[in-house]
Order: sequence, then C-alpha cells, then structure tokens
Amino acid sequence: MTGLFDQIKYLIAKEIKLEMRNKYALSGILLYVVSTIFVSYLSFKSIVTPSVWNALFWIILLFASINAVAKSFMNETKGKLLYLYTLASPQAVILSKIIYNSLLLTVLSALCLLVYSIFVGNLIQDYPLFLLTLLLGSFGFSSLLTMVSAIASKSNNNFTLMAILSFPIMMPLLMVLIKLSKNAIDGLEHWDLNYLLVLVFINVIIIALSFVLFRYLWRE
Amino acid sequence: MKKNWWKVVAVVFVLYTIIAGFLFNVPAQPILHETIRNLYFHVPMWFSMMTILFVSLWHSIKYLNKSNIESDIVASQAAHTGMLVGFLGLITGSIWARYTWGAWWVADTKLNGAAITMLIYLAYFVLRGSIDEEQKRARISAVYNIFAYVMLVVFLMILPRMNDSLHPGNGGNPGFNKYDLDSTMRMVFYPAVIGWILLTVWIFTLRVRLEKVRRKLIYND
Repeated sequence: MTGLFDQIKYLIAKEIKLEMRNKYALSGILLYVVSTIFVSYLSFKSIVTPSVWNALFWIILLFASINAVAKSFMNETKGKLLYLYTLASPQAVILSKIIYNSLLLTVLSALCLLVYSIFVGNLIQDYPLFLLTLLLGSFGFSSLLTMVSAIASKSNNNFTLMAILSFPIMMPLLMVLIKLSKNAIDGLEHWDLNYLLVLVFINVIIIALSFVLFRYLWRE
Repeated sequence: MKKNWWKVVAVVFVLYTIIAGFLFNVPAQPILHETIRNLYFHVPMWFSMMTILFVSLWHSIKYLNKSNIESDIVASQAAHTGMLVGFLGLITGSIWARYTWGAWWVADTKLNGAAITMLIYLAYFVLRGSIDEEQKRARISAVYNIFAYVMLVVFLMILPRMNDSLHPGNGGNPGFNKYDLDSTMRMVFYPAVIGWILLTVWIFTLRVRLEKVRRKLIYND
C-alpha cells in the first residue's frame, strides 16, 4: 500500500467488511441503545423538563458509545495487529479507526435520537443545531474513545479501565455538547458560535494528539 | 550545601509563611474575616500542583523520546507528589468553603476542575498498576499522561467561561489581586508561593530517590 489516504481507504473498507461479517456485534450495540432507552422510559414515563431530557440523552449516548468503541482494539489479536503493522503506517491505522468509529457512532446516535423521541418524548426546537451538535459529538466521542481504547487494550483489565480512563478526559467535550444541545432544545434565536468553535477546536486537538501519540502505543 | 541552598529557602519561607500568616495584620473583609489567612496555604497548593504535574508531563514526553526508564520514575513520582498537594488543596479549600459559602462542597466550576484533575491522575495510577511489563507500562502511561494533561488544560480553560462561579477570580467575582490583597498580604503571599513550591519539589526529589533505592533493592535480591 502506498499513500496515507490509500491506506486509510483500505483499512476503513476492512473494518466495514469485518463488521458485516459478524453482524452480532453491531446489532448487539444497537440493541443496547434501544433497551437502555426502554428502561429509562419505564422508569421516567415521559420527561418534560428540558435539562433532564438533555442530560439523560447524553448519558445514554455516552455509555453506548463507550461500549461501541471499546471493542475496536480489544478484539484485535496480537498476530493480526502484527500483520497490520507490517502493512500500514500507525497514522493510517488510528485515523481509519477514528473515521470508522465516527461512522458507527453517527448511526448509533441517530438511532438513539429516534428511539428516544418515540418513547421518552421530543423537546427539540432547533433541529439543525441539534443534529450538528450530534454529528460533532459523535466525531469527538469516536476520536477520544478510540485513543483511550488503544491505551486500555494494552492493560490487563481493559474494560473497567476504559471507563475510568475516558470519563474524566471526556468532561470538556461533554460539557460543551450538553450546553449546545440545551440551546438547541430551547430554540435560541442566535447560534452560539463560540461553543461550536470550541467543539471543533476540541475535536482538532484530540485528533492531533492521536496522530502524534499513537505510534508510541502500538510498537511492542 | 552549595547545591542545597534552595531547601534552606524552602524551609525559611514556609516557616515565615506559617508564623507571619497567623500573626500579621490582614484587611477586614465582610464574609471572609480571619479565614482570609487561608490564602497563604490554599492557593500555593494549586500552584505547586500545576508546577509538579507539568514536571510529570515533561518527563513523560522525555520518556517517549529517549525510552529511558528513569524518566518514567520521575514522571510517576511527580504525579504522586502532585496528588499529595492536590488533596491538601482540596482539604484547605473545603474548610474555607465551609466557613465562607456554608458548605463543604458546592457545585462550582473551579471545584469540578479540581475533582476532575484528581480523577484523571487516580486513573493514571490504576493504569500503571494494571500493566506488569516495565517498559510497556512506562510507554502506555506516558501516552495517557500527555493526552490527559492536554485535555485537562482544555477543561480548565473552557469551563470557567461556561458557568458563573462563586470562586474568587471567576464569574465576575474579583480575584484577590483587585483590592483584597493589600501590600501586607503580598509580603506573605509571594514568599508562601515560592516556599510551598520549593517544598513540593523537595518532597518530589526525595520520592524519586526513594523509588530508585527501592528498585535497586528489588533487582539485587
């Protein structure tokens, strides 16, 4: 394989092919979202307070995302990783995983929003802003969690570690997302461009860090 | 002795802080009253913590460059020392909050930032504990240290702009520089900051030496 873009393209195609081959992982995570929402529907009935609606939505999405992304490095066997390292550059590997996971999380968050609005209710007034926030949020979640999953997969008890490593460093992202989606629910007249810029800025920082740091993670 | 002059400075400044901090005059402020003296103990803790955590970050970067295990020892011990002063900062802040805001803990941006810092570094220690192989542990935890520190700085930069805060220096509250910190307080505050930072660095160098001795003992057995 030659250029970085070619490598990324092939690796994403590989990820999708593998995902399609054993569909139970994908359907498992989709079912996870649906059943979590159903549990909260049974406990809350319907939610009319915007801040509670908002917080619950993001908490469900946060846990679902962690579950979805956690497997991205843990399922790789040592031999498979070694083979991958001889073929592609570390940057291509991490970027392809990040792009693939953001596709996955975009689908996941769309499904989450749909099911959540059916059962728990829908309070959104400004759809474009909410969807934009959701898209940027999926992208940020995916890049951060992919990197943390790469770190956690090197340790002995990786699933617990995945949660405790990612929660504290996800806070800046989550706070901005919650603030923005609250604005979308309230339907403010003007978009708060500062927050959108901060969100883009956080995404760029995470990707730059992953780009630089991942090559230290994968060599054994 | 020539190399150790800064330890003398640390002891003298901290002693001076304790004596002068409790005895010198302080301006009478409405809610603060005498608790304003906590400024000499609470604020320098956070300065010391950020200094020592930056040392930890620096040595993590150095480890990734040179793969020298000594940098890893320094980075982890610096993080340990940072947690020590961080907890002291939390405790002094909590007591201060009890007497000025009326609660041990309030939902406030500064306090949340402090709590997140603690969580990040406790997670760092758990990560270190869960990897057995030495070089691998050093490498993986160095990566997490850098990643976490950058996200922490982002967090500390963003959060104060998002919410109002009770804490001085945020959300329209005046910091101490504006008018509370008059010239007598400055005379204690600046030596206090220098003294506590130097003392923290001293604790940190002792920890590094102790860890090196411990490793030597393990490998000689």
